[in-house]
Amino acid sequence: MDFAELVRGFPELTTTGLVQGAIYALIALGYTLVYGVLRLINFAHSEVFMIGTFGAIWTWAAFGLDSNSGAPSVGRSLLLIALAIVAAALLSGSVALLIEVTAYRPLRRRNAPPLAFLITAIGASYALMELMGTLTQRRQIGSPALLPADTLFSIGGWSVTPVQMLTLSVAIIMMVGLDWFVNRTRFGKGIRAVAQDANTAALMGVNKSRVIALVFVLGGLMAGVAAVFSDMKSGNTRYNIGFLLGLKAFSAAVLGGIGNLRGAAIGGIMLGLVENYGSALFGSQWRDLIAFVVLIVLLMFRPTGLLGESLGRARA
Amino acid sequence: MLLEIDNLKLLYGRIEALHGISLHVEQGEIVALIGANGAGKTTTMKAISGLHAISGGSIRFDGTDVSRLRADLRVIRGIGQSPEGRGVFPGMTVLENLEMGAYTRRDKADIAKDLAMVFDLFPRLHERRKQAGGTLSGGEQQMLAVGRALMTRPKLLLLDEPSMGLAPKLIQQIFEIITRINEQGTTILLVEQNAQQALSRAHRGYVLETGRIVKEGTGQELLHDPAVKEAYLGVA
Repeated sequence: MDFAELVRGFPELTTTGLVQGAIYALIALGYTLVYGVLRLINFAHSEVFMIGTFGAIWTWAAFGLDSNSGAPSVGRSLLLIALAIVAAALLSGSVALLIEVTAYRPLRRRNAPPLAFLITAIGASYALMELMGTLTQRRQIGSPALLPADTLFSIGGWSVTPVQMLTLSVAIIMMVGLDWFVNRTRFGKGIRAVAQDANTAALMGVNKSRVIALVFVLGGLMAGVAAVFSDMKSGNTRYNIGFLLGLKAFSAAVLGGIGNLRGAAIGGIMLGLVENYGSALFGSQWRDLIAFVVLIVLLMFRPTGLLGESLGRARA
Repeated sequence: MLLEIDNLKLLYGRIEALHGISLHVEQGEIVALIGANGAGKTTTMKAISGLHAISGGSIRFDGTDVSRLRADLRVIRGIGQSPEGRGVFPGMTVLENLEMGAYTRRDKADIAKDLAMVFDLFPRLHERRKQAGGTLSGGEQQMLAVGRALMTRPKLLLLDEPSMGLAPKLIQQIFEIITRINEQGTTILLVEQNAQQALSRAHRGYVLETGRIVKEGTGQELLHDPAVKEAYLGVA
């Protein structure tokens, strides 16, 4: 164990951990939203994210930028990032909706047992992964450099790059926005009603199918935003990027209490941080192991996760 | 005729739970549907509100056939229900639960008026308006479920076992309120195990036995019918 490494690298480990955690959190929200309403673990959500990472890179490619082009000006970079966020969010949201309408909705119509949904989810996940694998010849695709890699500001030994700053601010805006939407708007109330009691929600005039579709789209939008920042953080993407990231984000959702929105946000951030501190302590080859060990240990003591289950059951 | 059910059949899996029920509710009435556990009372309610698909027969409401209409669209047509087990949203406050009743309505002033009317009927709900629905007592949840159904501004209010699990004093109180709601102009179809209270409040009633209507009449007729007395009123 290398405590010196942890202490020395603490500020940087915290920043990069928060950034990775924000990406986990945004993806985790999609798992938790769908679970909250349908009690279904949408394993295809990892591919919704994966397709978003390509959506962003294709958007940049449409403006003539690839991994070899030099960084454009800051203003132009911000504009390109904003465009990529919109494009990736729309693409991921549409893919999520497509999965719901073509894969899950027919099963619900026939009152299929839960196992059928689970198998369908895994099938949809592989289908999308292989589709993208074929389209991209299973190559790693680079993402252009957009914002300068130098330090934006530093306090003491704590330095933050523009990409990190942007990731964290946008992630916070998205999460606060989603929280507001679910807790304060009429549609959000419909989501919470279906999550708490679907039959009674129908008796209030809530269209369950529409709520379910909305939940898939919301999860997809969040995953699309995460995808853009994942591209900028790692500098590339691949058809199978969703597998591990999706698994981690799902763990984050479980860590926070699946079905609980704020739980997913906190679980994601925590997982990002713990992973980073742990890999400094034990060596980075242990990174993934640490994440899952933390999950298992926490679930032993708090089986329903940090904040407990259910969408809006407790308002907090 | 506000509600007209003709030869209604319904399957649970392969088992037929309703074997061709016919009943009707006139504008302004309170109609009681009584019967033992498992007779099909709640099933009939689910068929009317659209929570369970029917396998035969028809349901006409306010002049149109609603047999195949989705449950949420029947609410918009004017069928409001307080479901079996109350169905209070546990994580929403009392006020949010009531607002859910007005989910499909847009006119804010109108909604505020109905909210005031519900709080007037159930002052207790006003006291508890900021409390989570899941923390209410059984009686309060029952009031909330009825109040919430009223917030849909129903032409027909379906009440599934409003007295279930309540203390005798509260049962009396909830039936008085049901009568008041009816006097204010809402038509009511009521399912009850408490046949005594239900029949004495109702204009007309039906007796349901294992998926069939076996008797019908005015509330008073049924209340004094020897067979009904013996089976449902606990007097020989």
